[in-house]
Amino acid sequence: MKYSPAWKKALIPGSILAALLLIGLPILNALGVLSDYYLNLFGKYLALAILALGMDLIWGYTGILSLGQAIFFGCGAYAMGMHLMLESSGQGVYGERIPDFMVWNRVTTLPLFWKPFQYFPLAVLLALAIPAVAACIFGILTFRRRVSGTYFAILTQAMAFATWLMCNRNEMNLGGTNGLTDFKSLFGVSLHTPFALRTLYLVTALCLVGSFIACKWLVGSKMGLVLTALRDQEQRLRFLGYPIAQYKIFIFALAAALAGLSGILYAPQVGIITPSQIGVLPSLEVVVWVATGGRGTLIGALLGAVGINAARSLLTAYYPEWWPIILGGLFVGVVILFPDGLVGIPNQLRQRLRRTRAQLFERSVPGSVPSPTGRGV
Amino acid sequence: MEKRGSIVYLEDITVSFDGFQVLRGVDFYVDRGELRALIGPNGAGKTTLLDVICGKVKPATGRVIFGDHTDLTTLEEHEITMLGIGRKFQTPAVFKHLTLVENLTLALRQPRGVWSTLFGAVGTTQMDKIAPTLATLGLLDKAHHKAGALAHGEMQWLEIGMVIVQEPALFLLDEPVAGMTKDERERTGQLLQRLAQDHAVLVVEHDMEFVRQTAHRVTVLHEGSILCEGSVDMVQRNPRVVEVYLGRGHKVDAHDSRS
Repeated sequence: MKYSPAWKKALIPGSILAALLLIGLPILNALGVLSDYYLNLFGKYLALAILALGMDLIWGYTGILSLGQAIFFGCGAYAMGMHLMLESSGQGVYGERIPDFMVWNRVTTLPLFWKPFQYFPLAVLLALAIPAVAACIFGILTFRRRVSGTYFAILTQAMAFATWLMCNRNEMNLGGTNGLTDFKSLFGVSLHTPFALRTLYLVTALCLVGSFIACKWLVGSKMGLVLTALRDQEQRLRFLGYPIAQYKIFIFALAAALAGLSGILYAPQVGIITPSQIGVLPSLEVVVWVATGGRGTLIGALLGAVGINAARSLLTAYYPEWWPIILGGLFVGVVILFPDGLVGIPNQLRQRLRRTRAQLFERSVPGSVPSPTGRGV
Repeated sequence: MEKRGSIVYLEDITVSFDGFQVLRGVDFYVDRGELRALIGPNGAGKTTLLDVICGKVKPATGRVIFGDHTDLTTLEEHEITMLGIGRKFQTPAVFKHLTLVENLTLALRQPRGVWSTLFGAVGTTQMDKIAPTLATLGLLDKAHHKAGALAHGEMQWLEIGMVIVQEPALFLLDEPVAGMTKDERERTGQLLQRLAQDHAVLVVEHDMEFVRQTAHRVTVLHEGSILCEGSVDMVQRNPRVVEVYLGRGHKVDAHDSRS
């Protein structure tokens, strides 16, 4: 019995993705085929694809439906947003050392919890650690008490709603409904220069490729077997001696950290983060990306995130009021027609073709007995 | 008995579901290296007794002592399993989306923590246990098939195999031959007897022929209490057992006493 090491399975798809995103698109940009505007837009989709990878780990592979992934995304985006606000403070309309919105709210000194975010490494560390620790605590409270399935999904949705409500309040000193915006520079480099946009794109693509390879390695290792087993037969796995709750907490925290990373990369590229991006609806959208692309494949989650967000950019330019209906219709259509998502279509077509061919064969042989399974020979 | 000692000892176990007493103050033990059969009519509490040992059900009263002095009632399921208690469920429970090799890989005796699963390599010595186990089960040619594609009897065997590679000290088997052909039942019986040479096995079974073929001793449960305990012949001659379970005219050549 041979057991092929997990990193081998991650190598080929990882390098194809790297070649495409880290070499292919930048070359197109350098040749002038792809404008900086579209490169920046693509960078945004790739940031969101990291969020989708985390969702696929926890939902596609482990079968735990979390309807609160946007909370963790928000943690990352707000942490990065706070750092950017502080970096450009003093350059605002009022010339104060605090963000402008605080001046409007008559806050005169920087709140204590903002202070660590002045330092970039600390801001990044917190952007990853806060979601992971929050997920750990939430996981300990739920998974250790064996809250699962629909109950877990509803709880996470309630958490998403509560987080949204909280962030909307001006007293939180997070900019209220307006959120954090008007970012000017990072490391003293203006965010609006082509150099900054291209660098941000490259960093995002690098992070996505890195996350993709890491996730691929994870699901190819024995951990991947445990997660799939947990999804299919939790009870059996428990009586094989696996501490189920620990595994669920681990994968939930990992998905949360990936969501945080996604937020870090999203905020500077888009230039704004508001409560509307971290509530119930954006959490649900992540589910739609993964379901549409194809659950439990990683590449499906990536394609779903990029594809749907690209479609949104395209369609909202022409028919903004139709977008929610299109998105909903797409979700329902995919779930009914292609339960394995877009990446599952080739396989599904192949099976259907085989079935049709078998039926044709049966019909062409007169008096032949239909096979008892009804699925032909 | 003093010298060998019991591997698991249940003392005054009471379990009730919604006020209905499934087990009523049961005292029960299994010796090391013994193959014990647990029989009784439906609803007698046989499966619940296994559930109490492996931690699936926590008893209202009583203690379960494993080995010399470990009380199992305070432990979680995975801790109990890692102490050396392997369970096979009544309906075959295998991971249908994984291959046979992957199913057995998950069951191999290895550290079960998150970090060891992530970074601990599956060594060749452990992988080398999988092939002989598959060979013993007669499933070697299907090693890389999905478990969901197996026939019912083969699924039962795969699950027994998963318990074997866990290397437990005590096997808990709930109806291992249910739905098997006569030939398959015989082979399973031989397998269990081989296991019993160096493990303790507790098996719940309805099939009296199978019980007579394999078990050293039989315990009869009835309405949550132990009705009698002893050799197969002794139990089959007991008038109370004949009345509540085996049925009249069922004494000696009882084949299948499913009610």
